[in-house]
Amino acid sequence: MSILEMEHVGFKVPSEQGEREIIRDVNLALEPGRLVVVTGPNGGGKSTLARLIAGIAIPTAGRILLDGEDITGKSVTERARAGIGFAFQQPVRFKGIRVLDLLRLAAGKELSVSDACEYLSAVGLCARDYIHREVNASLSGGELKRIEIATVFARGVRLSIFDEPEAGIDLWSFQNLIRLFKEMRGNIPGGTIMIISHQERLMDIADEIVVMKDGGVDRHGPKDDILPGLAGSPLAIGGCCKNGQGRLTKC
Amino acid sequence: MLKNMTDTIRGMLRELTGRDDFSGGAFNVRANGESSGRLSTDGIRIEPKPDGSGLDIHIAPGVKRDKVHIPVVITKSGIRETVYNDFHIGEGADVEIVAGCGIHNHGPQDSEHDGVHRFWLARGARVRYVEKHFGSGDGSGRRILNPGTEVYMDEGSVMEMEMVQIRGVDDTERTTTAELAANARLVVRERLMTHGRQRAISYYVVKMNGAGASADVVSRGVARDDSYQKFDAKLVGNAPCTGHTECDSIIMDNGKILAVPGLEANNVDAALVHEAAIGKIAGDQLVKLMTLGLTEQEAEEQIINGFLN
Ligand SMILES: Nc1ncnc2c1ncn2[C@@H]1O[C@H](COP(=O)(O)OP(=O)(O)OP(=O)(O)O)[C@@H](O)[C@H]1O
Ligand SMILES: [Mg+2]
Repeated sequence: MSILEMEHVGFKVPSEQGEREIIRDVNLALEPGRLVVVTGPNGGGKSTLARLIAGIAIPTAGRILLDGEDITGKSVTERARAGIGFAFQQPVRFKGIRVLDLLRLAAGKELSVSDACEYLSAVGLCARDYIHREVNASLSGGELKRIEIATVFARGVRLSIFDEPEAGIDLWSFQNLIRLFKEMRGNIPGGTIMIISHQERLMDIADEIVVMKDGGVDRHGPKDDILPGLAGSPLAIGGCCKNGQGRLTKC
Repeated sequence: MLKNMTDTIRGMLRELTGRDDFSGGAFNVRANGESSGRLSTDGIRIEPKPDGSGLDIHIAPGVKRDKVHIPVVITKSGIRETVYNDFHIGEGADVEIVAGCGIHNHGPQDSEHDGVHRFWLARGARVRYVEKHFGSGDGSGRRILNPGTEVYMDEGSVMEMEMVQIRGVDDTERTTTAELAANARLVVRERLMTHGRQRAISYYVVKMNGAGASADVVSRGVARDDSYQKFDAKLVGNAPCTGHTECDSIIMDNGKILAVPGLEANNVDAALVHEAAIGKIAGDQLVKLMTLGLTEQEAEEQIINGFLN
């Protein structure tokens, strides 16, 4: 049985022209024990898809099933407890909550300091320096991003979703990150990892690739079928980007 | 040994100071309007004022890393008192002063403690002042605390004040004034939570009179239910100095918060900054914690505990 199934899922929001369809008729099944990378151009609907799975946004059409059970009407909390983990594209900051506190909340138990340190080391942070720091504006973007990944790692749930985990992470840590995702897959039997990414090197470790475009699933299949068609294409990095002179170009 | 102790009083002392036995250091414990015990040490002399209105506390020059506890507890309904405690801190002394007041009111009459603390810091003295306030008991009488604090700081002295009021105080009006000579530094961290129909008002006037003086006054507040908070902080720069005040608040339910910034620069080299932010808990903070498996209420509690931490 699939871990996650989306059946004809749609998501519309009110707009000036009446309504805007951000996700349209998505049918997607994720199998246990797989590493799936979701890619596609900016604004294609990847983050929205993740928010629908986590329950942060509620579909305006279709159903979402977790382990065969309909969770479409379930709250964020219920879905989290049922085994969905979600690392945000833009992590949230908290005044006064320490990294250790956040890891403990994520693990759902009295994590020892040395256990907590292991999660931080896994994302390449020198644990001693960070464990007692507040998750506030004093952390750099890359530090915050890695802490966000560590919290989902600490949850150890069956479906872990990471939204652009590579964003803001330096090259050296990136190698580490790839190792971490491989390890995670091995650690949780039947656990599925969904990574939203524009990075070819992350796609390269995937079992399957999903390409989202204009709010729908454009392509979905084994890595070896999808990746060759993407490599070097604008899709792989997403639309256009700025060149050295600040002009927009395809890259 | 402390006189007139009950389990309630002991519990409140622990809540205020983390302990109910103060032997081994200087202290004065005041319970229900009278002293339950007092001890002076070589470095710290505690004397009752001749008219009985409070204490004179003398901290000898050069005392290093010493500590004095002066908690106040009220467990009888209907007590109203005003107490004047004067602290004289000698040159170069380094001391921690743990004060605070707990009111347990289970009766129909109001109980009130108005503590006036005055501090004179000699040159180079360092003080860490910790003051906790809380109320408990289910009587209809209100728990009222009106602390007044005056701080006179000589050259190069440092005062750090940590003032916390987390629950149970129905009405409080806090007035803190400070005068800073050259190179003196004042740091204030105030944390406040009000609920029910509570009212909490905090006034600060900090005058920086000497070159190189600095002040940093930061308040974090959470106003829930129908409670009201006012933070009115005025910094006056009369010399080349740096000053910063900040009011950072969360409102919930029908809570109301008024932040009144006040900066007065009377010298061209006075650099003064005021920051204020008031708002409800950010939605993405709640959602983030809910994705970790917390309910909305649990998430709210974690965010507030952290914020007031
Ligand atoms: N609540 C909303 N209201 C209006 N528009 C929205 C809302 N949520 C998302 N959108 C729009 O839907 C589109 C898809 O957004 P989404 O964040 O899912 O894209 P994405 O594929 O994650 O892009 P990126 O690669 O830039 O992260 C965007 O055009 C976005 O502006
Ligand atoms: Mg996105």
